Amino acid sequence: MTVMRNAREVVGQPTPLIDGIEKVTGQAKYTADLPSSGALVGRILRSPFSHARILAIDTSAARALPGVRAVVTGDDCAFTYGVLPIAMNEYPLAREVVRYRGEPLAAVAAVDEATAAEAMRLIRLEVEELPAYYTAEAARAPDAVLLHANKPGNIERAVHHRFGDVEAGFAAADLVREQVYHCAEIAHGQMELNGALVEYDTARDQLTIWSTTQVPYYVHLMLSRCLAMDMSRIRVVKPFVGGGFGARVETLNFEIITALLARAAGGKVRLLLSREETFLTHRGRPDTEVRLKLGMTRAGRLTACACEVVQRGGAYAGYGIVTILYAGSLLHGLYDIPAIAYDGWRVYANLPPCGAMRGHGSVDVRFAFEALLDSMAEEAGLDPFTVRRQNLLSAPTETQNGLRVESYGLGECLDWAERASGWATRHGRLGPGRGLGMACSHYVSGAAKPIHWTGEPHAVVHLRLDFDGGITLLTGAADIGQGSSTVMAQAAAEVLGIRLDRVRVVAADSMLTPKDNGSYSSRVTFMVGNATIDAARALRAQLLAAAAEPLGAPIEAIECEHETFRRIGDDGPGLPFAEVARAALAREGGAITAKGSFTCPVEFQGGKHKGGAVGSTMGFSYAAQVVEAAVDIDTGMVTVEQVWVAQDCGFAINPLAVEGQIQGAVWMGMGQAIGEETRYERGLALHGSLLDYRVPTIVESPPIALHIVESIDPNGPFGAKEASEGALAGFLPALVNAIADAIGLRLDTLPVTPDRLLEALAVRRREQRLARELAREPAHEQQGAA
Amino acid sequence: MTQAAKQVRSFRLNGRAHDVLVADNVLLLDTLREALGLTGTKRGCDGGECGACTVLIDGTPRLACLTRTQECDGHSVETIEGLAENGRMSRLQRAFHERLGTQCGYCTPGMVMTAEGLLRRNPDPTEAEIRAALAGNICRCTGYVKIIEAVEDAARGAP
Repeated sequence: MTVMRNAREVVGQPTPLIDGIEKVTGQAKYTADLPSSGALVGRILRSPFSHARILAIDTSAARALPGVRAVVTGDDCAFTYGVLPIAMNEYPLAREVVRYRGEPLAAVAAVDEATAAEAMRLIRLEVEELPAYYTAEAARAPDAVLLHANKPGNIERAVHHRFGDVEAGFAAADLVREQVYHCAEIAHGQMELNGALVEYDTARDQLTIWSTTQVPYYVHLMLSRCLAMDMSRIRVVKPFVGGGFGARVETLNFEIITALLARAAGGKVRLLLSREETFLTHRGRPDTEVRLKLGMTRAGRLTACACEVVQRGGAYAGYGIVTILYAGSLLHGLYDIPAIAYDGWRVYANLPPCGAMRGHGSVDVRFAFEALLDSMAEEAGLDPFTVRRQNLLSAPTETQNGLRVESYGLGECLDWAERASGWATRHGRLGPGRGLGMACSHYVSGAAKPIHWTGEPHAVVHLRLDFDGGITLLTGAADIGQGSSTVMAQAAAEVLGIRLDRVRVVAADSMLTPKDNGSYSSRVTFMVGNATIDAARALRAQLLAAAAEPLGAPIEAIECEHETFRRIGDDGPGLPFAEVARAALAREGGAITAKGSFTCPVEFQGGKHKGGAVGSTMGFSYAAQVVEAAVDIDTGMVTVEQVWVAQDCGFAINPLAVEGQIQGAVWMGMGQAIGEETRYERGLALHGSLLDYRVPTIVESPPIALHIVESIDPNGPFGAKEASEGALAGFLPALVNAIADAIGLRLDTLPVTPDRLLEALAVRRREQRLARELAREPAHEQQGAA
Repeated sequence: MTQAAKQVRSFRLNGRAHDVLVADNVLLLDTLREALGLTGTKRGCDGGECGACTVLIDGTPRLACLTRTQECDGHSVETIEGLAENGRMSRLQRAFHERLGTQCGYCTPGMVMTAEGLLRRNPDPTEAEIRAALAGNICRCTGYVKIIEAVEDAARGAP
C-alpha cells in the first residue's frame, strides 16, 4: 500500500486546477496565442481526390509568386510516420498515391494569408484516379484495388482470439441470442483547433515546435525521423492545450509539415488549421459493426460470448491495430465470463484515418454487449441489475486473456446507481414515452506495456529544491485540461507534508522536463502519480536527514506535517520547512534534484498471445450508470432527462477533477448516442463544422448526479485508478435500454437521431401490421410460404 | 497582393480608448488577437459555430468572429482580459475556477463573457435562463454541469 500516514491533507481534497486562474482570466497561452511576430503563414493544399496516383505536382508558379518563402510536397519527405513502430505507413505529404479527400499534397509558407492562399491556387495537380471505397464492405470485396500493396483484402489487421470452451458455454446456456449492432464514426471535436508554431534556426540546425499535442515525446520521435535530425537538435514544447480526447495521441501530419516548411523557409512558420481541416485530420472513433452472441443461464449467469467486430479504419494505420485489439480484449475484465471468442477486422477505406478516442476500442463493443444483455434479461424475466450482479468478478483475479484485476468496485457502483435512480420503483413504471436504462463499463489505468520498448521506466519525475524554498516539479506529462499537473502537485505536497502552493509544475518541454510517453490510455495519474510519490519520498529522505541533527532524533523518528518537522509524537514548535530546506541544501552541496520513477511490472503486461499487451493495465476503473430518457414518438426526439453514474476510480486524489472527468465522459457518450456522426459523400466530408457535426449544447445536456467509489487499488498512487474514460461507454447502452423501457423498441444503430428512431418505429408498425394480418389469414400465409 | 485602404477606428477596449488602423472587413477577432495581442478571445471554428470568441459590445455578448472591426467604431468592447479589476478575478472568473467550470479552458473566455452579459441584464437567472443564454457556447470537456453551477454561484455572490 502506498497510502501515507497523513494521506488526506492535500490528496483527497477538492482542488481547483493549479493552472485554472490563467484559463479563466484569458492569460493561458495556447499554440495559436504564442507570440508569432515575423512568423510566416503556413497553409496545406489538400487532395480533392479520394484515391489517385499522383503523376505530377507542379509548384513552379507558386514558388515564383512574390512573398512565397517555401513550398513543400511529398518529394521533400521520403520518411513514413505513424504511432506504432510496426505500422508506419503514412507520409506527412502524400507520395505516389493519395488515399483520401483532404490528405495533404503540398504546403506553402508565405508572408501573409492572402499570398499563401494565392500560392495554393497556383499549384497544379496531375493524377490518375483509382477506384475508391467508402465502406468496409466495399473495401473488402474480392476485386477491390488495394490501398496498401502489402495488405491483402484491405485488411489492416485480423484478430482471432479464443479463450475458454465457447461451444460448451453456449451448449450450457438456457438462452442464446445473437444481434448485429452498428455505430457511426465520430470525431473528438476538441475545442482548440489543430495548429503548430515551428522555429527553425538555420545557423545552428536546431528546431523548436510548439504544438497542440497530447504526446510531445512522440512528436519529438517523428520529427527526428521525418526531418532526419538528431533528437538533440529538436525541442518540443506543449503549451496550454484545449482538449484532446485522443485526437492528439499520435504525431499528426500538420506538425511534420510545419517543421518541413520552417526548415525550408529557414525561419518561423505558424500553421493554424480551420475547423474543417481539424475534422479532416480526424483520428476519431471508427464506424463499427458488432455481431454479438451471448449465452446465459435462467439465473442470468453468462456462459459464453462470441463477438465479431469490423472497424472501418480510414486510409492509414494510425492506432488501428491497437483499436481492433482493444475491442476484443476489453470484452474481458468487466464481468466473469467463462468463454469468449473474438474475431476482429480492421479495414482500410478511402476516408480520413481513424485513431484513438476516449474509451479507445471498447466503446462500441460495450454498447452492443450491454444492450444485448438488457434485452436477454427482459426475455428471461430478470432485472438488469440482477444480471450484472450474477456475473461480477472477485478481485484479485486474472482474466482468461491475462489481465490482472486487483481492485473491483463495480458492486458498489451498481448499488449506488440503483438506489439513487429509484430503480426498484421507477424502472418499467414511468409511463409511456419515458424510461430508465442502465449499463456498466470499465477502462484501463494506462497501457501497462509502452509502445516503444526502450528499457526505461514508464514514468520519470524530477523534484527540484533550491535557495528560495520552492519545489519545482518537472514532468513530461501533458496536461490537456484533465488536471494532471494539479494531481502531480498534490501528490508531491502530500508526501512532503507541505502546502500545495509551494509546488510549481513545469511540464512538457523536452529541454527541461524528463521524457513522458504522453497523455493517453488514462496512464498519467497512475504512472506519473506513482513516479511523483517516488520522487517526493527521495526528496523527503534528504530533508529528514537534514532535520535529524538539529532535532536530535533519528530519521525514522521524524515527520513533516504542515511544513513543520518534528519528532513523531512531539507537539513542540519543531523546525519550519524553510530552515530544514536550507540545512538540506548545505548538506547536499546546493540545489537538490530528486528523481522518481515508475514501471509497470512485467506480470501486468498482459497475456502471451499475439496482441496480448493491448488491454493490459495495472488497474481497471469501473462504472455503472442509469439514464432516464423521454421519447417523443411523433417527432422521434429523445431527451435525456437525468443520469446517475457511479465510478470506482480507486481513490480520488482530486475529487473535484474526478467529478468533472466523469461528467465529461458520460456527456461525451451522450453525444455519440444521440447525435454525433461524421458523414461523407463520395469521400467528401459533409460534417466539417460544429453546425453540421452536432455536439450537444448546454440546452439538451442533462443533470449528471454522481458518486465516487474508492476501492483503494493496491498499486495505484494513494490507491487511485483512472477516472476519465471508464464511464463513457456505459451511456450508449443505458440510453438505448432506457428507450426500450420507454417505448418497448430496442435499437441497434447509433446515433439515435430522430430520423432513425422514426424509421425504426415505422418498421415496427409494419411488422406489427403484417403479424396481425398473418394471424387473421393463416391460410394465406401458408400459400405465401409455399 | 493589393492592400485594401485602411482607416482609423476608435473604440473603448476594456475601459481604455483605442485607435486602430484597420482595413475594412477585418474581423474584430483578428484585430484583438493579431493587432492588439489580446489572445484571451479564442477562435474555435470557421465562423459562428462555437461561441469561443464571445466578447461584450456595449455590454451585450457578440461573436468577434462575425463582427467587423469597423462596426465597433464609437462603441465599447470588453474582452476576458478586462474582467479582472486590479488583477482580482471577477465573481464569474472565481466561480469558474473554484467550481471547475473550466477544464481545458479553451471555451472558457467565451463562456465567461456570455455569462457576464447574462448577469448584467439578469442578476438572478434561473437554471433555464442560464442554459438559454449559454446555448451558443460549446464546451467539449465538462458536460456543462459545473458551468451551470459556476454561473449560479457567481449570481448568488458565492463562493
